[in-house]
Amino acid sequence: MRNIVDEKTVVVVQGITGNEGRFHAEAMLKYGTKVAAGVTPGKGGQQVHGVPVYNTVAEAVRLHGVNTSMVLVPAKFAPAAVNESIDAGLRTVVVITESIPQKDSIEFIARAQRQGTIIVGPNTPGTIAPPLKVKVGIMPSHVFSPGAVGIASRSGTLVYEIAWHITEARLGQSLCTGIGGDPVTGLDFVMVLEMFRKHEGTKGVVLVGEVGGRAEELAAEYIVDTKYPKPVVAYIAGRSAPPEKRMGHAGAIVVGNVGTAKSKVEALTEAGVTVADKPSDIPRLLKARL
Amino acid sequence: MKLFEFEAKNVFRKYGIATPIGRVVGSPAEAKEAARQIGRPVVLKAQVLVGGRGKAGGIQSANDPGEAESVAARLIGSSIKGIKVNTLLVEEKLSIAAQYYSGITIDRQARRYVALASADGGVDIEEVAASSPDRIARYWIEPGDGLTRTAAESMMAGFAGLTKDDIGSLASVTAALYKVVQDYDAELVEINPLLKTTSGEYVAADARLILDDNALFRHPEFEGKDNARVDDTPWEARARQKGLAYVDLEGSIGIIGNGAGLVMATMDLVNHYGGSAANFLDIGGGARPEVIKDGLILVMSKAGVKAVLINILGGITRCDLVAQGVIEALNEIADKKPVVVRMMGTNEREGMLMLGRAGVGVYSDMEAAAKEAIRLSGGPAR
Repeated sequence: MRNIVDEKTVVVVQGITGNEGRFHAEAMLKYGTKVAAGVTPGKGGQQVHGVPVYNTVAEAVRLHGVNTSMVLVPAKFAPAAVNESIDAGLRTVVVITESIPQKDSIEFIARAQRQGTIIVGPNTPGTIAPPLKVKVGIMPSHVFSPGAVGIASRSGTLVYEIAWHITEARLGQSLCTGIGGDPVTGLDFVMVLEMFRKHEGTKGVVLVGEVGGRAEELAAEYIVDTKYPKPVVAYIAGRSAPPEKRMGHAGAIVVGNVGTAKSKVEALTEAGVTVADKPSDIPRLLKARL
Repeated sequence: MKLFEFEAKNVFRKYGIATPIGRVVGSPAEAKEAARQIGRPVVLKAQVLVGGRGKAGGIQSANDPGEAESVAARLIGSSIKGIKVNTLLVEEKLSIAAQYYSGITIDRQARRYVALASADGGVDIEEVAASSPDRIARYWIEPGDGLTRTAAESMMAGFAGLTKDDIGSLASVTAALYKVVQDYDAELVEINPLLKTTSGEYVAADARLILDDNALFRHPEFEGKDNARVDDTPWEARARQKGLAYVDLEGSIGIIGNGAGLVMATMDLVNHYGGSAANFLDIGGGARPEVIKDGLILVMSKAGVKAVLINILGGITRCDLVAQGVIEALNEIADKKPVVVRMMGTNEREGMLMLGRAGVGVYSDMEAAAKEAIRLSGGPAR
């Protein structure tokens, strides 16, 4: 998989005129990201923090060459917004929105696969690349610093916690991406591991998993099959989660014997991944293997 | 949201799937009358949303109306796996020639709906999948293409001993189930067993239908149907009414935080240091003071909670607003329990000052906060 963001990333924010859209467009600009346009149907012609607003993504592509979208549109309208960006030929669409029906996600992810668009999310904090000053997401910038650790996570605030420990340990991050807390997401750990394998700035990888599904087990298989060349450290949240209960994220649920933390920890450990017992252990475990 | 068997069967019938003749009843007298109308031996099925209902005694047969009445008197008000039985489905007893399985669910890894069919119906399909995976046919459905009858027939072609008619009938049921999935935004739809009767009919003897909670806005007929949430504990039900993501656990330290992963990690950390989490409560991103206030009041009101640990990593959530919510809750609660707050991020200084002035212990490190909460709850269990 190609890089989710790079130095050529030019962003359009869909839903820029809402409260969250305004707030995060400003934060992304301050961080140094090229936010060239915003889109809100019916609000074309306005400006938000100096960023021009258009009615359609196609206009933003034609006039500003945007190639990446961040979707901050309510769940009812988000699928149409995502489809619009896929059809406009964008490379990456970061879907921050939570609570999108799974049927809609399945449909737009299939459409994106046909068009070659990367979908990050839904229900993700987005992607940040500190060395490039590119942030397409809602994460607090100050916990990140330029460095060599690649991070992929199914959750938001937990990855901020972990990024902060990595920053404090002076390791820093090359690229950090949320996968999304939903059961069905555009990215998975295997895809991000594949990206990090060829990613020059990344020397080590951290996977932040949680209960539910088999994404971590498949990552373990991939690491074994490819004799993965970079050290991987993982943390799995929800060791004390009861079965059959949704732990906040739509995707964080143990069903029958599928999705337990135990199964994930065992699969990753067998694959040679160091699994941390608590978030603050991660920098030490990484340093031991870098 | 899980639908009851009778609700799922009502949906299936609209899609041309045959179901046994039956009535929903709430009393032994109604059960007797239903059996009399059906006019032949019946099965009485407890309408509870738990797996393994049959093995737990929730499905009983009766040969005549009188027996149906006495069976219903035993079942109604009893509990099946801890769930109280209020309603029964009384159905004609079918004569079984063969039992099949048909279902559709979401394959998270493939990011597609997957149709499943098996000639080994009437048993736990997960056990079949584990012991003899080749006995289950799978078909991954491409959105846009849908599940045609021809595609469904190709699934069944490998099953031994089926006639062309059998394959056709199984395929039309499976194709109909995909229409149900699409129209109702289902996460799972399942018929197990799908019975072939001795007269050659295909009938859905059982029915499962789980709707996607996030799509209920498209299905207003199911919105606000709290009766179907019988697997909630009382505290989970109260939290759901307040719109909070809450799960009950059995320990002594209440856990509140922003973000599902962080709250799970906080629970795990408390357990790691020998404490025990009493609950999971995620207040989500950008929470207002009322949300944290409601959450803290809820957690503190639970018997067995000896201390509460709040873990906030401020991004879009402002630490000062969290502090405001905590202080408002403490001003309202008569039976206060010790609270420890960890906060870091947006407006942390303001939040920490406010909490410090209110006499609440506040930390910037999650592990120190967890250890303090364990100490306040009476120390590690081991």
